[in-house]
Amino acid sequence: MLVIDQDFLLSRRFGFGPRISPAGRQSADFAKLLLSEIASGGDHPIADDKLLTVAQALSEHEQFQEEEKRRAAIKQQAETEKAIEAARKEAMQKGERVPPGYLPPARRIFNAEATFRFRAALDANTGLTERLVWFWSNHFAIAIGKGNYVQMTAGAFEREAIRPNMFGSFRALLKAAEQHPAMLMYLDNRLSIGPNSRAGARRGRGLNENHARELLELHTMGVNGGYSQDDVTTLAKALTGWTVGSRLDEEGELGAFHFNANRHEPGKKTVVGRTYADEGLAQGERILDDLASHPSTANFIAWKLVRHFVEDEPDVARVAKIAKVFRATGGDLSKVYIALVEAGIAAKEARKVRPPLELVVASLRATEHPLVLGQALQFAQLLGQPLWNPPGPNGFPDASTDWITPAGMKVRLEVATAIARRTPGGANPTQALDTLFGDACSAQTRQAVGRAESRAQGFAILLMSPEIQRR
Amino acid sequence: MPSADRLHPSRREILGAAGGLFAWSFAPRFAFAASGRDPRLVVIVLRGGLDGLAAAPPIGDPSYAGLRDKIALPASGQGAALSLDGFFGLHPAMTNFARLYTKGEALVVHATATGYRQRSHFDGQDVLESGQPRAGLTRSGWLNRAMGLLPPGERISAKGALGVGVIAPLIVRGESSILGWAPQGLQQADEDLAMRVLQMYDEGEPQLAEALRQGLDTAQFAAASGMKDLRPGSGPSHPEGMVQIATGAAKLMAAPDGPRVAALALEGWDTHVNAGGATGQLATRLGGLDRAFAAFEKELGAVWRETVIVVITEFGRTVKENGNVGTDHGTATVALLAGGAVKGGRIVADWPGLKTSQLLDGRDLTPTTDLRAVLKGVLAEHIGLNASALSEHVFPGTSAIAALRGLIA
Repeated sequence: MLVIDQDFLLSRRFGFGPRISPAGRQSADFAKLLLSEIASGGDHPIADDKLLTVAQALSEHEQFQEEEKRRAAIKQQAETEKAIEAARKEAMQKGERVPPGYLPPARRIFNAEATFRFRAALDANTGLTERLVWFWSNHFAIAIGKGNYVQMTAGAFEREAIRPNMFGSFRALLKAAEQHPAMLMYLDNRLSIGPNSRAGARRGRGLNENHARELLELHTMGVNGGYSQDDVTTLAKALTGWTVGSRLDEEGELGAFHFNANRHEPGKKTVVGRTYADEGLAQGERILDDLASHPSTANFIAWKLVRHFVEDEPDVARVAKIAKVFRATGGDLSKVYIALVEAGIAAKEARKVRPPLELVVASLRATEHPLVLGQALQFAQLLGQPLWNPPGPNGFPDASTDWITPAGMKVRLEVATAIARRTPGGANPTQALDTLFGDACSAQTRQAVGRAESRAQGFAILLMSPEIQRR
Repeated sequence: MPSADRLHPSRREILGAAGGLFAWSFAPRFAFAASGRDPRLVVIVLRGGLDGLAAAPPIGDPSYAGLRDKIALPASGQGAALSLDGFFGLHPAMTNFARLYTKGEALVVHATATGYRQRSHFDGQDVLESGQPRAGLTRSGWLNRAMGLLPPGERISAKGALGVGVIAPLIVRGESSILGWAPQGLQQADEDLAMRVLQMYDEGEPQLAEALRQGLDTAQFAAASGMKDLRPGSGPSHPEGMVQIATGAAKLMAAPDGPRVAALALEGWDTHVNAGGATGQLATRLGGLDRAFAAFEKELGAVWRETVIVVITEFGRTVKENGNVGTDHGTATVALLAGGAVKGGRIVADWPGLKTSQLLDGRDLTPTTDLRAVLKGVLAEHIGLNASALSEHVFPGTSAIAALRGLIA
């Protein structure tokens, strides 16, 4: 494994590694950069006012669906579609931008959000804030494979629930994530109805325990954190009524979190040893507050942070230190990140392999390759990490052994080849290597890149180097 | 520059080392070469928790229709379950499996589960694939360890097990070397570049080098088997993707010098909402799985008769329909076996019943057959591992769970 200079290692461990332009290798005291970024509450990209709120997205989608229905009524629908597809292809062949009207809103919104997310990572200085966004996004995972509604709100979920709360208390972050429409749609809570509620008695529909289980297992206490099946079922009952305003229900604001008292299971509830009086919405919120400060939650979050940023098998003492800060500060995430950076400074080797989305961003940062969204998305998918579409609510796997597989490494080589082929003509891989890695570059990497038979091959080797693949 | 030999240690060398470690535990009573047998084994993991009561509904159980309400399959008429033995039916989307069942080449094990009794997907899958009594104990899978116990040099172990997918299922990962294949999407990298990258890894990055080497070898092999034409699939949770994954794996396994053992994972079985009955989400996926059986049968051709496909999942689902025309996480479910080497045409079940008093925790189908007994039975009779190897290394700590005999023809 690679032992290299600390600034270079920290820039990869907590960011996306160096950019070829404009900054080149970040040689300034990188730990100091990280700590000051935390102190300033993060380095967020400037909000793009073209991006939609959940309410706007849902409204646009519903309009689109109504239009679709009308169109379906017309017999010439097939021909219309053919003409649209032909126009789209023609525009693409001419190199013109495809007119946005030709994409269904869910896809268009997704593309705008994905561009914003990639852009933010490509342009980031240290990258710490974006890496934390990605970490929490995978912790509170939602998957667009669920359908249109999640596809068009996945980006908004990050911007609305995660970014504004990730430098504050875990309690606030947890509440924002669980009450966000995207989460309520993904984990089905918007459909869950208390069996003894007014709506339950009337409609004969009932409880769905999906959200409650993942909230305990994945978002707070962890699978061995000390809760039971009864806790899952009771929490599910406490969360009944947490839903999303829609036109169908004719109540609540479209696309916003909505508490529907008619669906709420009445009565007091006991979850993880505590009993909560029935106060409607506040009952579930109080339970969440207690779960956020449960010692198991502190341990679980600390362990996940260390596993993601530092090492596959988290060192027990490192985790304990961070968990202690979590507990002592009531889950103040800025303080937790400071402890995490300290733990990262103490670990001297690049122990992890970059997961696909990070690898794509790091590769583009290192090569001056312009962002082509379709390609970036395709690379990530082929490498096994399609954007916002993990295989389940536990998110993407987070250990190097999950990514160093025969098929995975082979695709890494193909992606490196594809990016290297499109690297601007005048670029020189050896110069790039000096700019990016400087003295921190291993002799093997320098030799392999130096001996390449072409520029493209040199860049492909550079992108396959441990300096890029590991962090 | 190191010689080509150094860059490419043969798989046999690698396997030889792993096999040698455990050679003492392998009873040589199963001489593949002498018997002329050349078995193929495919393990398909369904991620998300397959609803066994939808795949093989107990239509003869008096409680079934009431508990399942809107998602129950009728015994007759439109959307009726296909008849298996009168008591159990088969989901109407599974016509190929039904055909194989009739031919005696498919069977259903019902009310089965691993030893895992909580309801987390991820721990459940860990237990299912690691073969360990609890989650989080190892990062190796039972099929990988089983491969490590086989005598090196036999056809079955000459190639490593095939792990399909960019992220290979845990079940095949571990000490023994594995092959990897995923549906192709990008232009292949050229050999010269690959060699240079391997050389760069040679000194300090044995892990990266080994994985890349295996991936390239399999790709070369896949290309030689005529698989260049496969188009990128629509993923392991879509019917088309399932068929494509099955077709690709089967083509590799059909080749005379191809891998004999493979594992793949199909996704999307976590049907909390709108699972549907005869049609709907679950029906669509079961249809994809069903076509995957047909793809294996077709592509394996003559070696189908020596093949066993085992389909397993981390747990079943609640017996009663939930509040959203779906089901929540449960316990016992089905395992499906198909292939020319299966002694099929029957249901293997000690049916626990669906009355509330008969359910586990008042909500789940009670497991009456340990899934590990089924898997041990397959490994014992199909590829010849002995009881102590199975109980000590493949499924550690299971000496009290006897292999289920008679599954293989």
